[in-house]
Amino acid sequence: MAVAEQTQSIEEQRRWEGSLDQLRGLVSERAITGETMLLNMGPHHPSTHGVLRLLLELDGEQIVSCLPDIGFLHTGIEKSLEDKSYEKALPLTDRMDYLSPMSNNMAYAAAVEKLLDLDVPERGQIIRVVCLELARCASHLVWLGTHAIDMGAMSVLLYAFRERERILGMFEMLSGQRMMSSYIRPGGVWRDVPDDFLPTIKQFLNDFPYKVDDYEALLTKNPIWKDRAQGVGVIEPDVALAYGMTGPALRGSGVNWDLRKAQPYCGYETYDFNVPLGEHGDVYDRYLIRIHEFRESMKILNQAVARLETVKGPYRSQNNKYCPPLRSELGQSMEAVIHHFKLWTYGYDAPDEEIYNAIESPRGEIGCYIHGTGANKPRRVHFKTPSFIHISALPVVSKGYLLADMVAIIGSVDIVLGDCDR
Amino acid sequence: MEIPAARDPVSALREAFGEALLHVKEFRGETTLVVDAQRTAEVLDFLRVTSGLVYNMLSDVSAVDYFPDDYGESFDGEESDYRPERFGVSYHILSMLYNRRLRVKAFAAEEDPRLPTATVVWPAANWLEREIADMMGIVFEGHADQRRLLMPEDWYGHPHRRDYPLGKETVAFSFNVDEIHQHKPFARD
Repeated sequence: MAVAEQTQSIEEQRRWEGSLDQLRGLVSERAITGETMLLNMGPHHPSTHGVLRLLLELDGEQIVSCLPDIGFLHTGIEKSLEDKSYEKALPLTDRMDYLSPMSNNMAYAAAVEKLLDLDVPERGQIIRVVCLELARCASHLVWLGTHAIDMGAMSVLLYAFRERERILGMFEMLSGQRMMSSYIRPGGVWRDVPDDFLPTIKQFLNDFPYKVDDYEALLTKNPIWKDRAQGVGVIEPDVALAYGMTGPALRGSGVNWDLRKAQPYCGYETYDFNVPLGEHGDVYDRYLIRIHEFRESMKILNQAVARLETVKGPYRSQNNKYCPPLRSELGQSMEAVIHHFKLWTYGYDAPDEEIYNAIESPRGEIGCYIHGTGANKPRRVHFKTPSFIHISALPVVSKGYLLADMVAIIGSVDIVLGDCDR
Repeated sequence: MEIPAARDPVSALREAFGEALLHVKEFRGETTLVVDAQRTAEVLDFLRVTSGLVYNMLSDVSAVDYFPDDYGESFDGEESDYRPERFGVSYHILSMLYNRRLRVKAFAAEEDPRLPTATVVWPAANWLEREIADMMGIVFEGHADQRRLLMPEDWYGHPHRRDYPLGKETVAFSFNVDEIHQHKPFARD
């Protein structure tokens, strides 16, 4: 009886899975006959960094194949953007990659600026660089903490979040919001930095390098960490290129490609910084690269903060067809009132053309494709997001490694499911 | 190692494919090449391997829907815009060697939109094309995995089409439950 019940429950399960036949051709034949095991990892597994479901085919503990299943966080952001004017669509982009909203704002704002052929004043660009590099640090800090906790090092998370809290505090100073800041806007930034921002960020820049040393002291030479990370999840450079991987995942394999250097935006070409590269393409190299990126970001931030003190002037475009006039002008200038009213009711027209613009987010290339209609709403907005690409490459990266290594691999390519599903 | 001199992709394609290159457009420094839909995969492979071009990475694949009347004969826009069919699919490719981007675009007809898959050229096209198949309803012939990617597998319709209303999921009441379940066979189980 027990056997019959069990068979029935397996049948039942398969019916619910509904798709063992559909899986034919996607998993090996051995899984269909039951020789290897099919195991669901997620969508509620803590190390999947959100709601990612992986259907793993296991031979013992070894991964034979892996089928990622995404879409649990799909919120139709791209569709919603089609129904909003360009300026009002911006807050939605915050919600994609919720660990570095500033990068999404930047990707979208830069694409709209390219479509409109709009210039950003120098001070606006410097403030953007400060925001982007702070966002990179904040995002890498979450990555570091969660990656370490996935691999069993508990305390790093607490230290990492302590520093992240200070960065979020600075975002709050700038925009009034800790996470969903919507601070970088088409044409510049929302407002100038407040007076107490510069002393705060200087204090942070003084302390932070020592904190990075602390993280390294906990992990870099830790034998357990090295055992778990070295030689695991190796991505060959040609595989990384074929699968379109970007960011630290690509640079870990030794390919020197950073959009801040190769196709500079926001005046990155005027800053002095290096692009760290890995050799082996394993989890450990990707870890080292992100640790080095902390230090490089500090270099950029130091230069940018020095410039903030000397470069004065407008922080967003003065073209009031596209950027709102100053609040103080509203009481004096009729034209400013007209512009203000027009911008917040109708928005502005953008040409019926398509453009693609990419920037370097903490995770890799985040590209924004916009096709205008000639009116105030886009026909189509599409975001090419690094997490999406990296999850699509997980099957080839994880093949042949152990189940426990899967956790390390997911952590090391640094995915955010909101970024993936949009 | 000597790097071969960069070639102009437009003249290279015209030489190699002739008629299949339908239209060329420049906008804000971006080049768009519209090619014959049936030969996209061939063209992309040519652009990837040919010396002097080497577009070695697929950055993005995105689709646009020109519904309701911005395509075909009813299109009254500028001469420089070329929109023979309803759906446009753009492959954004990147050459790291020469540090430049290119957009290769193909059009798919309203009835039975089909394009050959580019997964044979870049594995990166796998999910990007699946997303388009899911959200725009364009079938990529020869694609190994035709399941939906983002939407649930029993979803009805293709949300990114312009004639798909931006709205909410219909709430099931007793008067419309049968109608809803016709579209969602799995929800009843």
